[in-house]
Amino acid sequence: MLRKWLQRITLTDVVVWGIGIAIAIAVVWGSLITLGLSPASPYEFPGKYTWTQWADLIIRGLALGGIYALIALGYTLVYGILRMINFAHSEVFMSGPFTAAFVAIALASSGFLNRYPLPSLLLITLVSAVVSMTIAVLLERIAYRPLRTAPRLVPLITAIGASYFLQYTFRGLYGSGVTAYPTFAALEGAWTLGPLQIGKTQVVIIVSALLMMLLLYYITQRTKMGKAMRAVSEDKEVAALMGVDVDRVIVATFAIGGASAGVAGVLYALMFPVVNFYMGFYPGIKAFTAAVLGGIGNVPGAWLGAMILGLLESIGPNLFLDGLGIPAPYQLKDAIAFIILVFILIFRPTGILGERITQAKV
Amino acid sequence: MTTQSSDGWKQIVRNGLIGGAIVVLLSLVGMVVAFGQRYIVSGLFTMGHVLMLAPLLLLAYTTARRADGASVGSRLWLGGVSGLIGGAVVAVLVLIGHVVNLRAVLVSASPDLYQMLRFGVPLPLGALIPPLAGLLAGVAGGALALIPPRYRNVALQPILILLLLGLLRDLLVTMMLNWGVVGYLFRWMFAAAGMSVIGAIFVLVVFGGLAFWRAWRTPAVQRQRSPRQQMVIRVVSIVVIIVVLVFLPRILGTFFSEILDNVGLFVLMGLGLNIVVGLAGLLDMGYVAFYAIGAYVMGVLTSPELGFFSLPYWLALPVALVGAMLAGVLLGLPVLKMRGDYLAIVTLGFGEIVRLVVGSDWLRPFLGGSQGIQLIAQPRIGPILLNTQQELYYLILIGCLLAAFIAWRLKDSRVGRAWMAVREDEDVAQAMGINTVTTKLMAFAMGALFAGLSGTIFAAKLQSTYPHSFNVLVSINVLSLVIIGGMGSMPGVVVGALVLMGLPELLREFAEFRYLVYGALLVVMMLIRPEGLWPEARRKLELREAREA
Repeated sequence: MLRKWLQRITLTDVVVWGIGIAIAIAVVWGSLITLGLSPASPYEFPGKYTWTQWADLIIRGLALGGIYALIALGYTLVYGILRMINFAHSEVFMSGPFTAAFVAIALASSGFLNRYPLPSLLLITLVSAVVSMTIAVLLERIAYRPLRTAPRLVPLITAIGASYFLQYTFRGLYGSGVTAYPTFAALEGAWTLGPLQIGKTQVVIIVSALLMMLLLYYITQRTKMGKAMRAVSEDKEVAALMGVDVDRVIVATFAIGGASAGVAGVLYALMFPVVNFYMGFYPGIKAFTAAVLGGIGNVPGAWLGAMILGLLESIGPNLFLDGLGIPAPYQLKDAIAFIILVFILIFRPTGILGERITQAKV
Repeated sequence: MTTQSSDGWKQIVRNGLIGGAIVVLLSLVGMVVAFGQRYIVSGLFTMGHVLMLAPLLLLAYTTARRADGASVGSRLWLGGVSGLIGGAVVAVLVLIGHVVNLRAVLVSASPDLYQMLRFGVPLPLGALIPPLAGLLAGVAGGALALIPPRYRNVALQPILILLLLGLLRDLLVTMMLNWGVVGYLFRWMFAAAGMSVIGAIFVLVVFGGLAFWRAWRTPAVQRQRSPRQQMVIRVVSIVVIIVVLVFLPRILGTFFSEILDNVGLFVLMGLGLNIVVGLAGLLDMGYVAFYAIGAYVMGVLTSPELGFFSLPYWLALPVALVGAMLAGVLLGLPVLKMRGDYLAIVTLGFGEIVRLVVGSDWLRPFLGGSQGIQLIAQPRIGPILLNTQQELYYLILIGCLLAAFIAWRLKDSRVGRAWMAVREDEDVAQAMGINTVTTKLMAFAMGALFAGLSGTIFAAKLQSTYPHSFNVLVSINVLSLVIIGGMGSMPGVVVGALVLMGLPELLREFAEFRYLVYGALLVVMMLIRPEGLWPEARRKLELREAREA
């Protein structure tokens, strides 16, 4: 038994597992030092940071996770149906809040924003969602639909092209500079909960992301369109034979994914109140990572993956990189997301909740 | 009217609206104004005008061509209507821009833009100008559809050549000014910006005549050349190309030599990525990582600033190349089982990890952090230090020729055929006894080798490296030039690099829009010509068979 097992190990496995184990040891070791649990650590538990600092990081991580979840949904739904990665989804995400920024600025300068914060926020979100949705639907119609039967590499290259086209189109339209979002006076400050200070912005982000996620879950699981979407993702031809209008379902999928990315964009702008044409790249990649982490094609999986990724990104640099004595660890937070992505794809490409996907699909 | 069915009308209106929307988009992203200064024919016609009218003309052409069985007059009329509708869309933009200040949001909606769209005519009357121009462009498009296909080139070729000559005026004039008679001819043909009117007419007549002669003379079957003749032609053309390549920096002068150097570096990278993407079918989006590794190894080994080593260029070169190849294998190992989409994203991630790690404070003592590395050694041959753009050109040229030779020999070797087999179908390739592991690793290693070489020359050329020179856009540049040139085709890489790297450098106003245009080109290319500008013979055949089947 053992012998057979040994025979099946190749050099590739040794290298990959070696790197994986080395990273795992570094993570555990760094965490132990930061938390003050290791003999080498100069700190006492809870280590280098106080409990409130950890709580802050966790809440921030949850908020980030909520945003990533809404973006990840677009990747996951499209992948589920077309078995392709919509590489331009990060630009769909960017287009909404970038456009809505001008609405927000107009509202702020007229004073409406601070008098009626909730209607203003809803209006901004609506504009953002509609713009993102339009871009997503146009993208599908112009770039992807004619290539549905083409070899796999072709739509992927198209998606990459579309991504850069959109990025630089918006740069041309709105300028290459950074546009600042107006701040909501009503969202500044924090609520005190015992010893904890919870930022109002974070709470709003988490709650809206949750509500949005529930709505989307309802749409995909309980409505007729959701049923059609699941049928198409199961088997396009059979669904078409059963009277499902496949084109319409695909457009609806892109529309839902786009709208949810638009909402995520506004939440992202609440957290980091500047927008520019390049803002989609990192959230896009991270949301994709989240979708893969949870199991691509799986809606609750996207949610779970996004939460894990948000938390890791928020806590990770302080938790394990700091402990290893790396200066300025926050510079590497994007690298953490990429490393997670690479390792999930290597060790468990089906993700946490993903069903078994055959080799051919991976 | 023969095509008055509602479907036909829908088509016309749709094409008109699409054309108008494209013109509005081109205007609002700022391309029309930016190219409004680039004269094709001096004082008459700018590239901006071309951008305004070409989309309308093209869509009118498609409209008129689709109308089956329509008479001559009605085709012209259909094209005209389609152009008119497109022009009306543009007029709406002009009117809206007059009433509302769009500039608060859309930075390019400047008075200059409206001025251009109205062709300088003041407003009450000016609003009628875009539809009129659209109508004319549309009729021209319709007329183009009327010309029999064989003679269509007679109309198109001279216009395209005129455009090209007008755009490349600066380069051509600098090149040819000192060439006696040719220089005199050029001074007569070109004005201070673009071509002179006489020059333009001359070009149209000469090239129009040539194209007509060729279309009229060409028999249906092409003349067969004997193998011996073909051989002679090939040898002569290779010799001519090499002679031109050797003397090119002298002809071009310092400024254009630098552009040439940049193109050369990208040719080198393109040759490498062509192996990975074009031959082995592995979509690598983190290709910049190897370029960075080459540059950084060179920096660390030769720069006295960091205080580790200060080797000469030639001693550091093999180390850098081996380092890049090892990195290629190291990236290749974990991604062996991945295909298509996932591979693209993981390699993208790998490229970003390299950039982020190199630029972080963590490795600052070793790699210089965001300040980069300065004082990198330049190559020295005997007593000569290669430090000007013209001298470095020869290094790049030798690198490219070497890489091209290696790539060419590999392509037709056992390994090359294994790459193509893996590209076409991995499972079948494996079943036929191809070791997919070594095949793929070999592709990654060769790709990394060429990129690493390019990186070392890049570092030596600038004598410094910074992490921000290695962002994902470099990978996108290389990927675009390989795909647009034609995946798997080596001349395609050169054509792609010249077009995609050379043109933005020559046309400064284009540089701002280069990624917009690349993106659009990738999409359009995949939609209408997936084999690329200069396709590899075998791939073209495969795609044609697939289409006919």
